[in-house]
Amino acid sequence: MVTTPPGEVVSSRRWRQVRERLVEGAVTAVAFLGVAAIALIFVFVAREALPTLASAEELKDFTLSKLFLPQVIREGKPATFMWQPVSEVPKVSLIPLFIGTLKVSLVGIVIAAPLGVLAALFTSELAPRRLREWLKPAIELLAGVPSVVLGFFALMVLATALQDTFGLAYRLNALVAGVALSLAIVPVVFTVAEDALTAVPRSYREASLALGATRWETAWRVVLPAAAPGVLAACVLGLGRAVGETMIVLMASGNAAIVSASLTDSTRTMSATIAAEMGEVVVGSAHYSLLFLIGVQLFVVAFVLNLLAGLGAKRVVRRLGGRR
Amino acid sequence: MTRIMMTAVVLTAGLASAGTVTVKGSDTMVVLAQRWAEEAMKKNAAVKIQVTGGGSGTGISALINGTTEIATASRSMKPQERDQLKAKTKADVVEIVTAKDGVTFYVNEKNPVTSLTPEQLQKIYLGDVTNWKEVGGPDARIILYSRESSSGTYVFVKEHLLKNGDYAATAQTLPGTAAVVNAVAKEKNGIGYGGAAYAKGVRELKVRVGAEEISPTLENVRSGKYPLSRDLYFYLRGAPAGDVKSFVDFCLSADGQAIVTKVGYFPLK
Repeated sequence: MVTTPPGEVVSSRRWRQVRERLVEGAVTAVAFLGVAAIALIFVFVAREALPTLASAEELKDFTLSKLFLPQVIREGKPATFMWQPVSEVPKVSLIPLFIGTLKVSLVGIVIAAPLGVLAALFTSELAPRRLREWLKPAIELLAGVPSVVLGFFALMVLATALQDTFGLAYRLNALVAGVALSLAIVPVVFTVAEDALTAVPRSYREASLALGATRWETAWRVVLPAAAPGVLAACVLGLGRAVGETMIVLMASGNAAIVSASLTDSTRTMSATIAAEMGEVVVGSAHYSLLFLIGVQLFVVAFVLNLLAGLGAKRVVRRLGGRR
Repeated sequence: MTRIMMTAVVLTAGLASAGTVTVKGSDTMVVLAQRWAEEAMKKNAAVKIQVTGGGSGTGISALINGTTEIATASRSMKPQERDQLKAKTKADVVEIVTAKDGVTFYVNEKNPVTSLTPEQLQKIYLGDVTNWKEVGGPDARIILYSRESSSGTYVFVKEHLLKNGDYAATAQTLPGTAAVVNAVAKEKNGIGYGGAAYAKGVRELKVRVGAEEISPTLENVRSGKYPLSRDLYFYLRGAPAGDVKSFVDFCLSADGQAIVTKVGYFPLK
C-alpha cells in the first residue's frame, strides 16, 4: 500500500472544494442565463408593443374599441370584425385572430390528447417490454419532424384528402390545420403523460392486481386516476404548443381572417399573422407595434399554460408521495 | 430601418454632387430599382445609387422638396403635384415610363368561366358576389385567393380594382404567385391573382371590356389595352444630365429591360 503524507491530502481536498465551487457557479450562471434570456425577450417584445397602448398618435387608429369591438367598414353594411391592417384606413380587429387561434388549437388538442394519453397508457402499462422499448422512441421521433414538413404534408396531401372525403368548400381550413397540428402535439402529450404514469409506484398496481383486477382495469381505474394531474398537465402543455405553433397553421389554414364558428371555414391565427406580416412591415410603424402586441398576448398565454402544466405535474408528485 | 434609410437619403442629398444618385418612391418598384442600381453600379463603380421605398407619394414629395433626384411612382403625377414642383424648383417635370405592370387573374381549368369584366372582378373580391352562378359559372361558392398584405400586387389590386375598398374577409392570403397558382389548380371553384403564370391546372382569365375579351399578353399590357395594367414611372426635375442620365439610360437599355422581365414586370420593348 502507498501512503500519502497528510499535507498532500489536505491540499488535494482543498483543490477539490475550489473546483466544486467553480463548477457549481458556472452551472448556476448557465441556468440563470436561460431565465435572463426569456425575461429580456419579454421586455423587448413588450417595449416594441408599448406604442399601441401609449402613443397618442397611434391611439387614433388603434383604440381599444377598434381592436376589440365590431366596426362599420362599408356604409350600409352591419358592423363587423375585420383584420386588414394595410389599407387607407387600417382595420385592426384582433377578434378574428383570437377565434382562429382558438379553433385551430382546440381541434389539435381534441385529437392529440386522447391519442397521446392512450398511447402513453398502452406503452407504460400494457405493452410488453420489448415493444415498449421500440414504441417510445418511435413516437418521440415524431417530435423531431420539422413543423414546416408537417405543414407541407397538410398543404399538399391532407387538404385534398379531407376535401374529397367530406366535400368541403374550402380546401385549406381550421380542420386541416388542426389535424396537422395534432401530429406535432401528440409526442408532447405522450412524453409528459408517459412520465406521469411511470411515476405511479409499483405498489398501486400490485395492490390492484392482488384484489383481482385485470391489467386493463388496473391501468384505467388505478394508474390513470393516480396520475391524473400529470396527464392533465401533458394536455395543457400540448395546448400551449398548439397556440404558439406557426408554420403548420401558416401553410394549412388558408389565413383568411373570418369570424365564424365553423371548423371547415378558412381561418387566420395570431402566430401566422405575425409570421406573414412582420417581413415587410415598416419598423416603428403602428402596424409593427400591433404585431408585437399580438406577440405579447401569445407570450402571456403560453406562459400561463406552462405554469398550469407545471402546477399539475407538482401535484402528481405530492399526491403519490402520500401527502395531499 | 426606415429611419436609417431616411437619414442616409438626407445625407446623400447633401452630398449629391459627389457621384451619388438618389432614387426614392414606389414600394412596388423598390426591388426593381434596387436591381437596376446594383447592375448600374457594377458597370460604373464611381457612381453610388441609393434606393429607398416609402410609396409613390413619398417619392414625389421628396422630389418636390429636393431630397431625391429620381422619384419612382406606380401612378402618374397629379396636376397639383406638377404645379407644386414648378412653383418650388422652376423646373419642368420630366416623366419617363420605365416598365409596365399587369395583374392576371386565374381560375381552375375545369371552370367554364373564361372572362370577367373589371366590375365583376371587383364585386367578387369585395365579397358582394359569392357564387359563380352570378357571373355565368356553375352554382358553386367562389373561393377567393389573395396575396399577403406585404405584396405589391396586393396593393395594386386593392387600389386599381377595388378602388381602395377592402378585400372580402373570406379571401385566403397566400405567400407568392406560385402558392396562389398551386391553390387554384387544386381548388375547382377557386380564383386567384398574380403575375403571369404558365402552370398546369389553371387558366388565365380574360378581362371583358364591352364585347371584347382581352388577354393579359405582353402586347396588350404594353399597349395599355389590358385594363388591369399600369405604367411604372421615373419622375425627374428637368431633363436628366450626368450620372442621373446614365442611370436612366441604363434602365431603358436592353440590359435594364432584361432585369424588368426577371423581377416580374413587363418590359417596354
